[in-house]
Amino acid sequence: MRFSVIVHVMPRMGILDPQGKATEAGLHQLGFDRIEKVRIGKQIQFELEAESEQEATEKTEGACKKLLANLIMESYTFEIQALPKG
Amino acid sequence: MNFGVITFPGSNCDQDMVLALRRIGFSAQSLWHQNPDLKGVDCVVLPGGFSYGDYLRSGAIARFAPVMEAVSEFASKGGYVLGICNGFQILTEAGLLPGALLRNASTRFICKNVYIRPEAGLMKQDLPVKAYQIPIAHGEGNYFCDSETLQKLEANSQIWFRYSDEAGNVSPEANPNGSLGNIAGVCNANKNVFGMMPHPERAADAWLNNTDGADILRAFAACLN
Repeated sequence: MRFSVIVHVMPRMGILDPQGKATEAGLHQLGFDRIEKVRIGKQIQFELEAESEQEATEKTEGACKKLLANLIMESYTFEIQALPKG
Repeated sequence: MNFGVITFPGSNCDQDMVLALRRIGFSAQSLWHQNPDLKGVDCVVLPGGFSYGDYLRSGAIARFAPVMEAVSEFASKGGYVLGICNGFQILTEAGLLPGALLRNASTRFICKNVYIRPEAGLMKQDLPVKAYQIPIAHGEGNYFCDSETLQKLEANSQIWFRYSDEAGNVSPEANPNGSLGNIAGVCNANKNVFGMMPHPERAADAWLNNTDGADILRAFAACLN
């Protein structure tokens, strides 16, 4: 089966996110002054071949822990969706 | 003392380091990221630059270069490893040094001379505790680790340098990038893997009116013997 995976990597809570802070200041300057707690992460998309959704989840967990996120400073979540055949 | 300096795609301080080490009087040769042969050197240096374009995170891709498996094995057997700037980032990504380097608190790339002070307890005989003027050039040099790790670093004398003012005072004002505890360099628990963000190889020549970096490299080499 083929799966579509979207991984979201975010700076860990409590870690200073200077990009988010700078962007929030910019938004406030433009008048979006009710926007708060801006944080910037990244989204990584890929497709994955696996026997089952469980295997796809395990493979994605491995990829996140080994490379896609640095757990000292980042956390991750992901969404997996089976792709229709053909 | 025979140094090997790795060139990764995007390294840009590799030849500066080779030249600085040779001028100080050591033997230094280049190593190539795709060749796992460390050529019997006494110390492997990971230089500054932007290995693999700093894609994903600084150092994240370089840690998988073929040479890095050999570096990890070398380090696990007690071999000496030094990472400068991007090299420091690679060593933290590879898990050879504790902590991580976050984006500078100012969000800006900072390229300027700063002062760093070695911590007493590590190389004290060879590197007097005073302020050394060394340039920094990085966008992600904001040292971070959790509080448990920080306690271990302090208890085990693993903090190598802290950012200070010219008089050697470590203060928030002297911290260029937001690093936890003004930390500019650390070593591992076994004290054979070292990393620092400032560039001693860029301050190792009398032509440049600054040889503080040569003092640091010389003291580092002396502690390996």
